[in-house]
Amino acid sequence: MEIGLAHYLTVSLALFVLGLFCVLTRRNALGVLMGVELILNSANINYLAFARYSSGGYDGQVFAIFVIMLAAAEAAIGLAIVLGLYQTFQTIDLEATETLRG
Amino acid sequence: MTRCWRPCSNAACATSPSSPAIKKPAVATKRRRLEAMSALVFYLIAGLTIASAIGVAFSRNIVYSAFALMGAFMGAAGLYVMLAADFIAVVQVLVYVGGILVLMLFAVMLTHRIADVRISNRSVGTLPALAIIALLAGVMMKAIFSTTWHAVSPAAAQPTTYGIGDAFLTTYLLPFELASLVLLAALIGAVVLSRKELRAE
Repeated sequence: MEIGLAHYLTVSLALFVLGLFCVLTRRNALGVLMGVELILNSANINYLAFARYSSGGYDGQVFAIFVIMLAAAEAAIGLAIVLGLYQTFQTIDLEATETLRG
Repeated sequence: MTRCWRPCSNAACATSPSSPAIKKPAVATKRRRLEAMSALVFYLIAGLTIASAIGVAFSRNIVYSAFALMGAFMGAAGLYVMLAADFIAVVQVLVYVGGILVLMLFAVMLTHRIADVRISNRSVGTLPALAIIALLAGVMMKAIFSTTWHAVSPAAAQPTTYGIGDAFLTTYLLPFELASLVLLAALIGAVVLSRKELRAE
């Protein structure tokens, strides 16, 4: 059976779902960040799969590069926030950081 | 004599370099074998990627999660190669595996005293989350397999660097410049956020 668009979309769906599971259930702030990275990677796979099998141009690849770049910026900011969290609360457990909770 | 290392639609490419005058059925068999091989490689890489992602999602130790994340990134890079996006695959390896993951391990080491604290990676609310993602996966699977996507037959894989650079400097010039601004702002913001507070004495 030939590998087509649906195969790649399925892999990407699996990555997305697992990343969402990370984001929803992790108590560790770094675990949540890792889930976000998984979700961004699944979006990239979608971009490239559609660029190859559905539109055929370079637009999808350009957007994939933008996504990677924004993911790098997001990781830098996210890790800085995690470090700030640790300096303030001495932990990165998201259940314990409830100062702003109403 | 050039050798073909990836499947392409060029018929002259599919023949073996040593015997150019091969009969038609042999060419078809060879191409079918190439297709089967690329399918096998796809399943291997996809399996590695999904297995690593499962490791990220369900590992109880944050360091194991980080290493599984590296496997997932490498698998994704392999998928990008199979999608004929060689430049993106290299960028993925450089940026993610070289940059983000090292940064993440760095933060893992910084935020815990490895020796005396057990690094926990516990989860909360697993059952509702499983219900939500099962529902989501069902809906999206249905969407993937019931939609007839607009399809073009994929072109032969060729280097993409020229096209991407051309697009960046013509069509996407403004987003490209904005991206550099965003990166600058993000780096300055990260420095400001992560330095020690000096005033509260």
